[in-house]
Amino acid sequence: MTETTTATEATAGAPRKKMEISSTDVAIEITKMNKWYGDFHVLKDIDLRVMRGERIVICGPSGSGKSTMIRCINRLEEHQQGSIVVDGIELTDDLKKIDEIRREVGMVFQHFNLFPHLTILENCTLAPIWVRKMPRKEAEDIAMHYLERVKIPEQAKKYPGQLSGGQQQRVAIARSLCMNPKIMLFDEPTSALDPEMIKEVLDVMVGLAEEGMTMLCVTHEMGFARQVANRVIFMDQGQIVEQNEPEPFFSNPQHERTKLFLSQILHH
Amino acid sequence: MTDMTDLSYVRTTDAQAKPAPVSTSGIVGWMRRNLFSSIPNTILTLIGVWLAYSIFAPIINFAFINAVWTGDNRDACLAQNVGREVGACWPYVEAYFPQFIYGRYPVEERYRVDIVYLLFALLIVPMLIPTVPGKRINALLLLVAFPIISFILLVGGYFGLPVVETSQWGGLLVTLVIAITGITVSLPIGILLALGRRSDMPIVRLLSVIFIEFWRGVPLITVLFMASVMLPLFLPEGVTFDKLMRVLIGVTLFSSAYMAEVVRGGLQAIPSGQYEGAQALGLRFWQMMRLIILPQALKLVIPGIVGTFIGLFKDTTLVLIVGMFDLLGQVQSSFTDPTWSSPSQSHTGYLFAAVIFWIFCFGMSRYSLFMEKKLHTGHKR
Repeated sequence: MTETTTATEATAGAPRKKMEISSTDVAIEITKMNKWYGDFHVLKDIDLRVMRGERIVICGPSGSGKSTMIRCINRLEEHQQGSIVVDGIELTDDLKKIDEIRREVGMVFQHFNLFPHLTILENCTLAPIWVRKMPRKEAEDIAMHYLERVKIPEQAKKYPGQLSGGQQQRVAIARSLCMNPKIMLFDEPTSALDPEMIKEVLDVMVGLAEEGMTMLCVTHEMGFARQVANRVIFMDQGQIVEQNEPEPFFSNPQHERTKLFLSQILHH
Repeated sequence: MTDMTDLSYVRTTDAQAKPAPVSTSGIVGWMRRNLFSSIPNTILTLIGVWLAYSIFAPIINFAFINAVWTGDNRDACLAQNVGREVGACWPYVEAYFPQFIYGRYPVEERYRVDIVYLLFALLIVPMLIPTVPGKRINALLLLVAFPIISFILLVGGYFGLPVVETSQWGGLLVTLVIAITGITVSLPIGILLALGRRSDMPIVRLLSVIFIEFWRGVPLITVLFMASVMLPLFLPEGVTFDKLMRVLIGVTLFSSAYMAEVVRGGLQAIPSGQYEGAQALGLRFWQMMRLIILPQALKLVIPGIVGTFIGLFKDTTLVLIVGMFDLLGQVQSSFTDPTWSSPSQSHTGYLFAAVIFWIFCFGMSRYSLFMEKKLHTGHKR
């Protein structure tokens, strides 16, 4: 019951569901994007096109720039060259456009980043009320709907500090969903969790994927990647080194660094 | 008991909970653990008891046992008339009480001060009790309506109220006017300065740093001197503005600089994930600050904020040096009155002033503890 999907065997044989992916509708288009931290070149000529409904898993050794890349998509990090177009809006210094994109893009963090001074319900209703200008009652109904979906409606009146890590992460997912986003970004959502809590979070993510949400996940949960991803991207030293469908990616990696990385994370 | 020497062991019944040994619980246990746990500890306990006795016994003697409670003038408080050692001379405080509260505010106009005191009490008490509803309207009344009404009432000049010059104000009235204005105005200014000092905009940051470091670098006495003596020299001929007003501005800006640093400490303790979480949800800068960052940051630094408030409250006594009479100043000036001149007069006056200051400061301190507990929502993050 508490087995995790870390091991490849866990879901290796699971049948991959047929999922709708648009072939014409682009959700995210990243072209020749470069980023530096001071003199350090963290992202080098990133090109990535994500179609609507596509689910992409990004993996790679730490420091490879995978988190930085997805954080550029909602402007938590600023890129210095190239272009990022999200949902038809190009990211520039224009604050209005940044706000517009952030409203459509949900994000789930490694450390949940729930607001500790607000109850679970208030965490979920805050953005709909203040950003979407939704009436409180309606926002609460929507919040309860999503809390039920992540299976913790009974915790609505508690504070984040009273919940387990897995529960907090599920709240964080529900909080993002309350904004009804078109795209979801996951930045190592299970890396800070105890092993027995990883599955409950992954289950929620699998459910989201099955409904056709456009997802970008930075994760090392290779079972999850096999189960739901349309594409796996391997990054190293600020570049996309290899990308492929999960089956050939895992069974027949091409690049030396991919092979090394996979051998390190799969045999432990 | 199960034989534990076997490598394989399965517990079949849960272990029963037993009561703690008597020597560690109850009053005796508490004393043994906390007061007499070792020989050095026992010695310290005895020294502490002796110190407490030698400090508090004389005070209680002075304030109650040897005190004189009734009388019309100094004769009641002189040892040769009473025939014993004389402690506090309370009739003197009683006689001077109105002066301590109102200063030289005209007697027939003092009802105006009373109304202001009463209004303040009526507004601040429900504000401070979390369960009382209508906080928004209450805050509005307290922060907008009350200052206007108090100004009209205290200064006069409107609705047929005779004008009372601020030079006639004194005693607790001046103490409270300075302290409360300083506290309520310095907190928002301090928050803005703290945000400014952490801003990405270099000009805003520079101005905030200059402002904060300037005010923190000058002693309050200098500020008060500048406000009351130097400032009029720089103002153009004929332009005057009230001395109390100048002191108020000086005190407020002075404490807002301290407040800014306290608030900045709180802001620095908020993990960057909180900013990112708020931004990722699409909150704008001021929404993020107001709804996410400041509530947490201010909660963290409640002790520091209240510490600054208490410091400000006590610093109001410094206005004495620019010729204004706050509570302490009023007490001191009453010492010159020969009607009540007796050996214990000044001790009694100072004790009275100390008790009043202590009540206000202790009240603030306790309330801040209460708020800290109330706002505690479990672990961080």
